[in-house]
Amino acid sequence: MPPPHSTTRVRLHPLGDAALLVELGTRLDTSVNTRAIALAAALKKRRDVRQALAGCASVTVYFDPDQTTHEALGSAIRRLAIRRPPLDEPGRLHRIPVVYDGPDLDAVSSTLGLPAGQIVELHTRAIYRVFVVGFVPGWAYLGPLPEVLELPRRSVPRTQVPAGSVAIAGQMTGIYPLPTPGGWHLIGRTSVRVFLPDSDPPCLLRAGDRVKFFAAER
Amino acid sequence: MDALRVEAAGLLTTVQDLGRPNAMAAGVPPGGAMDRFAHSAANLLAGNDVRAATLECTLTGPRLVAERSCLVAITGADLDPRINGEPAPMWTGIFLSAGDRLTLATRRSGARAYVAVAGGVDAGRWLGSQSTYLLAARGGMHGRALVAGDTIAVAEGSGSPAVAGRELPHHLRPDYDDHALRAVAGPHIGRLGPDGRRALFASVFTVSHRADRMGYRLDGPDLDSSGEELLSFGLTAGVVQLPAGGKPILLMADQQTVGGYPVIATVVRASLPIAAQLAPGDELRFAEVAIEEALRMRRAQESALDSLRD
Repeated sequence: MPPPHSTTRVRLHPLGDAALLVELGTRLDTSVNTRAIALAAALKKRRDVRQALAGCASVTVYFDPDQTTHEALGSAIRRLAIRRPPLDEPGRLHRIPVVYDGPDLDAVSSTLGLPAGQIVELHTRAIYRVFVVGFVPGWAYLGPLPEVLELPRRSVPRTQVPAGSVAIAGQMTGIYPLPTPGGWHLIGRTSVRVFLPDSDPPCLLRAGDRVKFFAAER
Repeated sequence: MDALRVEAAGLLTTVQDLGRPNAMAAGVPPGGAMDRFAHSAANLLAGNDVRAATLECTLTGPRLVAERSCLVAITGADLDPRINGEPAPMWTGIFLSAGDRLTLATRRSGARAYVAVAGGVDAGRWLGSQSTYLLAARGGMHGRALVAGDTIAVAEGSGSPAVAGRELPHHLRPDYDDHALRAVAGPHIGRLGPDGRRALFASVFTVSHRADRMGYRLDGPDLDSSGEELLSFGLTAGVVQLPAGGKPILLMADQQTVGGYPVIATVVRASLPIAAQLAPGDELRFAEVAIEEALRMRRAQESALDSLRD
């Protein structure tokens, strides 16, 4: 049986004079992420809160210091954080076709000692959760990656990674939404666009959604 | 209604307002004017709401020609503003007649000047804001910096009646020469150890050439942090993060929304206008401040702006 939520340690840190980082955990864990998303939604309804953004296992709260203090908001956050979150309903499932011909596939294959075909098989087998959308517009941190695929980031990041590149690093996988610099290992590419600048919200994937990749012909 | 024609664009002149804080959950940075104080003061001096859009002019300013008479205000960095070649006052509402040429040239101090026009710059809106976001090519002037030949339109009939000659007194303007950025210790400062913490708050850092609206990489003493990799969490402008390699990054308006590097300090809101006026090669230091003092500084800035509101 999981421990009751009231024993969960919540840690609060100021991020300057108008934001707080609320840490709910330190591990990549679906139930902690669910709590973070629920806490951010609850905090957004408060008048003294301007914005609340769920991280993998945390919430960053941007507040109005004219309406509350770090201490008063902190106590309210502790009360909200120990509430039992709503049941984690499965998020929207996105099936995303990937052509597995990334420039790092061979290097990943030799580093991990696995044939490329098996990397594809492992990467397409799991259903990933969108833990966080952020860093750049539309980027979704998807995980957890099967443990045998875990690798540190490239020691030298690329200065430009094409949009649509499908990549892995650490416990995560993701799709580059825009051409940006990047240090993840590129194993494939997709034609699905994850940054939708003319939609609102301007992203395909949202925190709590699920993603399944499948291998497509080039 | 066209107000100004862009004869020369300057190095990087963009349309900015107070940003789009509600799009962060999609990974879109809050954006907006880097120096919110100067942006807001320019608007108020031109009779606008602080949420109106202004022109943010970086290091080398534009040359603008008035298409018709209009009230403008120039604040922030001193880019040697001139009207028809004559020095123009800053932090003051000034009338341009049709054909007048407003030039912001080379940097004398600061990095970013703001030009407000009565009515407010009327440009493309994206996710609730007219701020230009260059990475996604959205907002402002077609999502890009101004180029020669552009025309700046203003919204009609908005704002207070245009009155020239209003001025923000010297003592209410930010002290841009004081490069001690007030900061609060960050969530992961413990990773620095006592020597690192001392170095962070006692050393002089230099803004490197890798400095833009997203953030500034800083040169200075090597700061070593130890500890496990962090899970990604939400960030804010002012955050000082420490990637592997020991060179801190100060996040600015077009910040990454989340990140996983240790955050060793956060520059408080009252010092962000100062940070916005730093250019590559400028020196700064971080002065640790209590949150109460940070809020007092911020309220002083707000009452300075309030003095322009009646």
